Amino acid sequence: MKEPPRVESLRDAYGKALVELGERDANTVVLDADLSGSTRTALFGQKFPTRFFNVGVMEPTMMSIAAGLSLTGRTVFASTFAVFAAGQAYNAVRQSICYNRANVKIVATHGGLLVGPDGGTHQILEDIGLMRGLPGMTVIVPADAPSTRAATFAVAGIEGPAYVRLTRENLPVVTDGTLVVGHAQELRAGSDLTIVALGAMVARALDVAEELGRVGVSVRVLDLASVKPFDEAAILRAARDTGALLVLEEHTVLTGVGALVASTTAENYPVPVRRVGVPDVFGESGEPWALLDHFGLSRERVLEEAWELLRQRGKVQ
Amino acid sequence: MPRPSPEDLLALQATARRVRQDAVRMIYTAGSGHPGGSLSVTDLLTALLFREMKLDPTRPDWPERDRLVLSKGHAAPALYAALAERGFLPREELLSLRQLGSRLQGHVDRNKLPCIEASTGCLGQGVGMAVGMALDARLAGRAHRIYAVLGDGECQAGPTWEALLAGAHFRLSNLVVLLDRNFYETDGSTEEIMGIEPIADKFRAFGFHTLDIDGHDFSAILAALEEARRTTDRPTAIVARTVKGKGVSFMENKSSWHGKAPNRAEAEKALAELGAELGVPAR
Repeated sequence: MKEPPRVESLRDAYGKALVELGERDANTVVLDADLSGSTRTALFGQKFPTRFFNVGVMEPTMMSIAAGLSLTGRTVFASTFAVFAAGQAYNAVRQSICYNRANVKIVATHGGLLVGPDGGTHQILEDIGLMRGLPGMTVIVPADAPSTRAATFAVAGIEGPAYVRLTRENLPVVTDGTLVVGHAQELRAGSDLTIVALGAMVARALDVAEELGRVGVSVRVLDLASVKPFDEAAILRAARDTGALLVLEEHTVLTGVGALVASTTAENYPVPVRRVGVPDVFGESGEPWALLDHFGLSRERVLEEAWELLRQRGKVQ
Repeated sequence: MPRPSPEDLLALQATARRVRQDAVRMIYTAGSGHPGGSLSVTDLLTALLFREMKLDPTRPDWPERDRLVLSKGHAAPALYAALAERGFLPREELLSLRQLGSRLQGHVDRNKLPCIEASTGCLGQGVGMAVGMALDARLAGRAHRIYAVLGDGECQAGPTWEALLAGAHFRLSNLVVLLDRNFYETDGSTEEIMGIEPIADKFRAFGFHTLDIDGHDFSAILAALEEARRTTDRPTAIVARTVKGKGVSFMENKSSWHGKAPNRAEAEKALAELGAELGVPAR
């Protein structure tokens, strides 16, 4: 029996990476909207109090202030929960940050269903679609703590706006932390089917791939942490090499990366694509991992969809 | 700064008149735009750009320059005209307003026109950006000042008040908010639609040193800006009472001229009242 992978906090990884950035670069400034304990920006605030601004519950204006702070060349991080960053503050992100091409990195914690008991109001399932649609915005969804650390450094190194979505729950360590913006990392080689996943669903993809591997099905796993820029080449390579794609996302399927993968293959190299994500509904209160099962993202559902694709491809009866 | 002489005040009035003339020409030529709020804010912009602010038209990116954020980004024609008059862009460019490929977007855009400090248009975000700039100046130990020009319709927007809260909380004495209080918005009178009075009391209650002035009286505007400079423990708000459509009789105090271009006869009449020929081709 293989040992289960260790789980780590993405938020801790973010907070620690911010402190390192702060030590390295005196132009790093951090803002938060009364959630600095939760988002872990408080770590930066304790170390660099003059470069940390807790603005209270004013997410839209936090984005405008962040933009104003960045225009002389600072790197400004702004953190809060994803529902506030992408939802509450959308037009400030759009105009103050993106339209102005401000050098602001929004690192949003508590994305998706895994927020858990707080319920549907706080489980944003639309943020990736909203943020990806903004011109000039980089969008990163790390799968684990090491790639969260890498994402924090990566977005600091890019000139211009970025959105990083983090998960509240601790997640298994599944990457080696070598996240490259614009690159979909192959976490497992395979030739019968490709599972494309991001965030918390990457571990599930690897788990299912391993189970299928035990019965002789060869599954490639791509970590789509870099939603934008999107690694179209890796997706089309997977379509050519494996002939079918299964996309897993903790996000509404209406505007998620499943739709992006499907449109990319449809235009360039049509192969069967199936999407496992949240249907057109809001979430609700519950234990985080039970919510994934309830809303159709269970391990069993992923397996069923994988077998369905394999049947469609004639790889099994 | 020394008190303005009578000659200085006359010069500012003449400059403002030329800015108003150009703003009307631009909006006429574009066939769309916002004359009412452009004409009401002109004297404030003129006082800032020609007297108050530390600027160098040959170096729009000079780090020590004072910053102007036009939160009411729809008053772009007045700002473009004033910037041209001040030497930041060629006057010939003004008539390209709102045309495809122009640097003069319908609402100000810093990425198209370098002397614009912040792109605005969707209301309620300018003061927030100005607060960020004021924090940045303080962090950098620089003495430049930040001026945010706000519309009164925007005072109905929550984020404006969030930003004012922040400006006072951080005691940003390098920040001045100027309210172009022209009393009208798109659909009618601000007080009939969603009243904001007593607005000066609100700014005061939010922690701003607050002055209530006639926004078309240059000596009052300059005195208020001078008082803002002497206020070193908190930001200043200047409630500048203005006339929407100021200088063009048939546009004054008419919300119908908030966002509508004059036709040729109207533009000619407006320019005549402003003391000039229309002097632009028919659109």
